[in-house]
Amino acid sequence: MSALISDLSFILSYAVPVMIALMLVSLGGLFSESSGVINIALDGIMIMGGFIGALLVLYVGDALDMPTQLRVVMALVGGAVAGMLFSAAHAFASIHMNANQIISATALNLFAPALAVFTARTIGGTDRINISDTYRLNIPLLDDIPVLGPLLFERAYLSTFVGIAVLVIVTFIFYKTRLGLRLRSTGETPQASESLGIDVYNMRYFGVMASGFLGGLGGAAYLISFDNRFNGDFLGLGFLGLAIMISGQWKPIRIFIFAFLFALMRVIANLHDSIDILGNVGLSSEFYRLLPYAFTLIILAFFSKESQAPASLGEPYDQEKR
Amino acid sequence: MNKIWEFIDKKPNSISVLSSIAAVIFGLIFGFILMLIVSPGTAASGFATILFGPFSDLRNIGFLLHYAAPIILTGLSVAFAFKTGLFNIGASGQLTVGAFFGLYVGVNWDFLGPVHWIVALLAAAVGGAIWGGITGLLKAYRNVNEVVSSIMLNYVSLYLVNLLILNFIYAGRSEAMRPVASARIPSGFMDTIFAGSPANIGIFIALLIAAILHIVLNYTTFGFELKSVGESRTAAKYAGIKEKRSIVFSFLIAGAIAGIAGGLMYLVGDRSFRINEQIIEQGFTGIAIALLGLSSPIGVILAGLFYGSIMRGGDAAQRFVREEIVEIIIAVIIYFSALSLFAKQFIGNIVKQKMKEKPKEPSKEGESR
Repeated sequence: MSALISDLSFILSYAVPVMIALMLVSLGGLFSESSGVINIALDGIMIMGGFIGALLVLYVGDALDMPTQLRVVMALVGGAVAGMLFSAAHAFASIHMNANQIISATALNLFAPALAVFTARTIGGTDRINISDTYRLNIPLLDDIPVLGPLLFERAYLSTFVGIAVLVIVTFIFYKTRLGLRLRSTGETPQASESLGIDVYNMRYFGVMASGFLGGLGGAAYLISFDNRFNGDFLGLGFLGLAIMISGQWKPIRIFIFAFLFALMRVIANLHDSIDILGNVGLSSEFYRLLPYAFTLIILAFFSKESQAPASLGEPYDQEKR
Repeated sequence: MNKIWEFIDKKPNSISVLSSIAAVIFGLIFGFILMLIVSPGTAASGFATILFGPFSDLRNIGFLLHYAAPIILTGLSVAFAFKTGLFNIGASGQLTVGAFFGLYVGVNWDFLGPVHWIVALLAAAVGGAIWGGITGLLKAYRNVNEVVSSIMLNYVSLYLVNLLILNFIYAGRSEAMRPVASARIPSGFMDTIFAGSPANIGIFIALLIAAILHIVLNYTTFGFELKSVGESRTAAKYAGIKEKRSIVFSFLIAGAIAGIAGGLMYLVGDRSFRINEQIIEQGFTGIAIALLGLSSPIGVILAGLFYGSIMRGGDAAQRFVREEIVEIIIAVIIYFSALSLFAKQFIGNIVKQKMKEKPKEPSKEGESR
């Protein structure tokens, strides 16, 4: 029994930060898609966020001899801003150039890992950027709370709290503010929105750039908490984020729940060696590694049929259309 | 100069061709600048080797053709799906599954004799079709976005095929078995012309499939139906086309083509299947080739040959530049080819401006544009 509990707390200590990263990327997708723009580029945006985060932590952090948690803050902010700027290319192509939104996103997805690996090789000689793995912190007092304390506040990551704050803020913006209502109406019926005085182009820029910001933040959060040997590849995590958004039917709270499920899968896939109860099952490691992706497919098959996707998703905005 | 703008204005397709060429040129310039920064001394000779090395002798051309064949096929797979309104990001997965099917037949079914390699190649097509078909079924009947599902299937195939290869093709040995001689793609007369290179008839198989696709898409009712569904799913349905079945067929065919690419890559004597940690890159390259080739079979063939030459040039240039730099240049060219969209818009705007500056003769005003 105690082996089970120690396994569970081990899994959760990784699943929580991974969930946060996945949730951030999903919420990013939510912003973009709510405004009517498909953002398949989130995978590349996440990689860009992680890449800039890694560079900042390692080189700027060392140069200025920064304390650990300040480096984390810098990586998160830098990753988010990098993601936002990077997503501007997708926004420009899909909003102003009437480009096919999937092609321009694919371009970003190809570019981000290439740039990351190139820079890593030029600077360090290998295609990995190794950062330290000592970013956990204990929150005094709060970590004494039973159950929740050890789960959230003991050996926790700063990104976890940032992520929870973002979830609250996004849910509020989405349902309780004029901005949220305008964003959602832009994605549903852009022509009608324009007739009510909403600038559809501005709204879509806001949606895509906000999604870039959150995607970059998610990438940096994942880097800090789960992937300290960055090699320009998050194994399709950005796409998992999109799958979570679809499974969560474009609703923030449901996204949170699905992010947790997917994070569990991801952690089991990566760390099954260290989970004692799985050691006795004797399944091949390749099996665990394909699990999150197969699981995603099954979930998608269940939840895509009755899609709650924004009505104008993927269509370039044409003012003269009715 | 004005003549050029007029020509482009009259033939909008030429903008697309120009933008693809521009993407390649930009990519090469970018690569050259990178080489200058990293190793100024050897940049010029290295760059020249990458560009012209593949054409220095017949052996190198043989390598070029050998590299180009599977890439042309994955490019065709992506392009075919694109013509029918679908994005096949899953060519890598289909290629991987196809490779396993082909290898399984190629290693085990040696009773087949002279038709062994044909059956093995068909098995690869079947494997790819099954994998592509999953995406098609999910898209048609469960409304699952094909980009997301095919990315997931790429990863599933990576680990699943690793598992299958370890169990069936390794069979207790230390590395994957290679297909028996009768299952290898025949070299035909290629090994006499391009002596010393691994070239086989693979390139002709790729060309044949390109021709078949061209005919199916442009001259058959079936191809017309597939394209109509791509243009508008609802309109096609209204016209009596079974649109769900069409989507599944598109993915079956795209998958089969990518599967054959997998067969061409591994039904050879000089390369064995390695347990992969990353998705096989030829599938993603297919996306770039399809974009660069404007989704037309001829364009894909040209883009694939160009890509093959850059790969071969990369091999030859390793004397001058570090190996990784070559890979980076290839990545940059992929990027710029994907960006050809932007270039297209840019050239289009220039042409519009030039045509405005020079008012048209009255007689032309009435013509429809």
